[in-house]
Amino acid sequence: MKVTVTVNGTEHARDVEPRLLLIHFLRDELGLTGSHWGCDTSNCGACVVWLDDTPIKSCTVLAVMADGRRLTTVEGLARGTELDPVQQGFAACHGLQCGFCTPGMMLTARWLLNRNPDPSEAEVREAISGQICRCTGYENIVRSVLWAAKHTGEADHANP
Amino acid sequence: MQTHKTSGNEVYGAFPRKEDARFVRGQGTYVDDIALPGMLHGAILRSPLAHARIVSVDASAARAHPRVEAVLTGADLAERGLAWMPTMSGDVQAVLATDKVRFQGQEIAFVIARDRYAARDALELIAVEYEPLPPLIDARTALDAGAPLIRDDLTGRTDNRIFDWSAGDRAATDAAFAAADVAVSCDMIYPRSHPAPLETCGIVADYSTVDGRLTVWSTSQAPHAHRTLYAIVTRLPEHKIRIVSPDIGGGFGNKAPVYPGYLCAIAASMLTGHAVKWVEDRSENLMSTTFARDYHMHGEIAATADGRILALRARVLADHGAFNATAQPSKYPAGFFHIFTGSYDLRAAFCEVTGVYTSKAPGGVAYSCSFRITEAVFLVERLVDLLARELGADPAELRMRNLLRPEQFPYTCPTGWQYDSGDYPRALRLALEIAGYDELRREQAERRARGEYMGIGISFFTEGVGAGPRSQMDIFGLGMADGADLRVHPTGTAVLAISAQTQGQGHETTFAQLVAQELGLSPDDVEVVHGDTDRTPFGLGTYGSRSTPVSGAAAVVAARKVRERARLVAAAMLELSADDLEWAEGKWRVRGDPEKAVGIAEIAMAAHSALELPDGVEGHLDASAVYNPPNLTFPFGAYLCVTDVDPATGEVKVRRFVAVDDCGVRINPMIVEGQVHRGLADGIGMALMQAITFDEAGNCLGGSFMDYLLPTSMECPSPELGATVTPSPHHPVGAKGIGESATVGSPAAVVNSVIDALSPFGVRHADMPLTPASVWRAIQGRPLRPDITG
Repeated sequence: MKVTVTVNGTEHARDVEPRLLLIHFLRDELGLTGSHWGCDTSNCGACVVWLDDTPIKSCTVLAVMADGRRLTTVEGLARGTELDPVQQGFAACHGLQCGFCTPGMMLTARWLLNRNPDPSEAEVREAISGQICRCTGYENIVRSVLWAAKHTGEADHANP
Repeated sequence: MQTHKTSGNEVYGAFPRKEDARFVRGQGTYVDDIALPGMLHGAILRSPLAHARIVSVDASAARAHPRVEAVLTGADLAERGLAWMPTMSGDVQAVLATDKVRFQGQEIAFVIARDRYAARDALELIAVEYEPLPPLIDARTALDAGAPLIRDDLTGRTDNRIFDWSAGDRAATDAAFAAADVAVSCDMIYPRSHPAPLETCGIVADYSTVDGRLTVWSTSQAPHAHRTLYAIVTRLPEHKIRIVSPDIGGGFGNKAPVYPGYLCAIAASMLTGHAVKWVEDRSENLMSTTFARDYHMHGEIAATADGRILALRARVLADHGAFNATAQPSKYPAGFFHIFTGSYDLRAAFCEVTGVYTSKAPGGVAYSCSFRITEAVFLVERLVDLLARELGADPAELRMRNLLRPEQFPYTCPTGWQYDSGDYPRALRLALEIAGYDELRREQAERRARGEYMGIGISFFTEGVGAGPRSQMDIFGLGMADGADLRVHPTGTAVLAISAQTQGQGHETTFAQLVAQELGLSPDDVEVVHGDTDRTPFGLGTYGSRSTPVSGAAAVVAARKVRERARLVAAAMLELSADDLEWAEGKWRVRGDPEKAVGIAEIAMAAHSALELPDGVEGHLDASAVYNPPNLTFPFGAYLCVTDVDPATGEVKVRRFVAVDDCGVRINPMIVEGQVHRGLADGIGMALMQAITFDEAGNCLGGSFMDYLLPTSMECPSPELGATVTPSPHHPVGAKGIGESATVGSPAAVVNSVIDALSPFGVRHADMPLTPASVWRAIQGRPLRPDITG
């Protein structure tokens, strides 16, 4: 089946099997390997990307379901060479260790901050509660998101 | 005790991680990110049955699939001598089953196809005829007469016993119990669990038919040990094998062993001449790769009437699954379980462990357990709480009264291990202070009066981490020492190559700090190379919290060799004797003339220049070291967990978690604290949620994240951390391991807290995981057994 998607602002057209999962489409067809495949059952969130403006778990969405839609992946978070405050926050607050859950966590964090620029700790915890991190115990992820909320875009922190 | 301050240039501290630049951009390179031209994809056909004889395997329809290149069965591998592989524990494990299957999920055939999906499709086309055999699920029946014999492949074997092993002094322990005023015992199960790193295991194997070189990218915590094992199993010359462990999405012990899928991919690449990728899915990871724990423990503690602990006794049944495939020092079949005397000043201790085969996935030592100290700490800390209850004593006071005192170190415990250093009362006092212990007890009493069930649980742990020494500890015959190579370039930047392998622990940062500190450099000037056997010296890798204690020590020793070499060059530069120089503020400085000094960068350029050097002084500054640790390091800590239990639903909320850790000198405290955060989440998960269970037929009931529950941001509170620093006297910078401390120490604190909350109901013990159902059943006086479904 033909599928045309706009990923991080760039349009891609491919002919794919109808059963191809979106995560495999992004990783194997488009070479965008920043999104990861962790569980198959929508539990871990390593595969979270945005479909239009909403975070989704791309391991349980077919590539063809994204036809005509916009996708944002971790590769689209930075503005040019300037990291998104969320990316800066994860580096500043040790919000990652192995890095495998990080892209999905950061996309959810950016979505939250777009809707709620000044979230409470409880709101951050709830926002990421559908995603699993095995390294951080979540504490520093929460701190990272709160850091990003306080550093709204002006590059006041050196890029790591 | 030696000082850990090695120069005036203090670069230890919360230095930002070098790794993060790539990870926050989504630019990490994990095994599944690797794509090679012409690469094929493997998939494994697995047994749906726990125990069955294989009558036939017919792969002809799969081979006829248009996108399938080849199918390997056990028979195909047997022809090549690859159907079985050695385990890390002196046993053998089937790569692809030839005779029978011994656990649900066991590997039967390997399909190699042109894409991932076609490989999966073709699995459906393989016809396997089974003759079902009775499964063996309950380890407690494994030694019964008439129990199904799991390992009939082993010549002369008539039962399911793997080993009987004991440590300590039985007679002295029995005598201490006989003389004691009080003895308390408890049966407890440390349930089967799984490390479940977010990245599953996988490999890309690329065999070149031109030059006979095998290049392997794999999720390996021990690339050098894997290379040696592959050389032995495949009979390829070891110098033709290169293992690359790129970025690893968490390990926790799950990525220490060699798995059948790895060998299948290697065999498939050798067969087809193409690169072959195999990446398991989540169910395969949970059902077939190494599990953790699964210890059935009977523990006893003896004390005087006034609360002086005298002795410990433990009897353990260890379920090792279908193959004895634990990855641990080979002289210790129960790992370091026998450092089970904990943190207390005991007279005597004795433990005996029996290991058995069952028809479940193999493994046992995995998941940040410090080679089974996790199980031991849990046993002791539960017993101490039970003793406190028996004596009507406060559990904090009872611990304080019995903890080893600082002046007893170095301390040789009753089972013969020498703890290197510690100040235990200080750590416990700090934890109680952070928690506001007395106020918590007052609050608990008030709440109880209102019918609210709040628990306060304490655990104190001592770990032994950083294996070897090599004469005492080996895995697969390989002594547990690690190398480091340090090259200093003419302009004064350095590249450190290490045998340890990061899976998120931040080695690229911490190890740069270690070297920078020794040489007066900035960590930015030190690049750390790891995870590539062609580019790094031999060593046993990263597990058992051994990176900083062993590999880190090797890096420091190499850096100190560089520094001494630099001293001779500096003397030549300054036309002085080396004795006239002192190392100060990161430079070689002329004694009595602090203005006259040269740093490593200047010295490095001189060392590579045409400068005339004294006789016997080679040019350049490079150095290497192999570090054979004289002993383990013994980190310790005091944890306190506050829970609230709803007796109507059985739901447990962890309200607070206080953790005081002493891992000696902290090189990067930010990274150390991150390690502790992770382990506390493990403790909450282990105590409340995580368990791999089986039904009577041997079906794994924890085969997905729908069933195997891991803690999320909603279950993990913000930890309250404290630190004390008691340097290790034998580590070059006084550091101890930290990677597993909180996983080892925290489950007992959570369970003690929940049992404390439930004490008004007369609940004395309940086994993990303390799910709402389990807690509710315990309140009703009908506790659940965690190893078998309720």
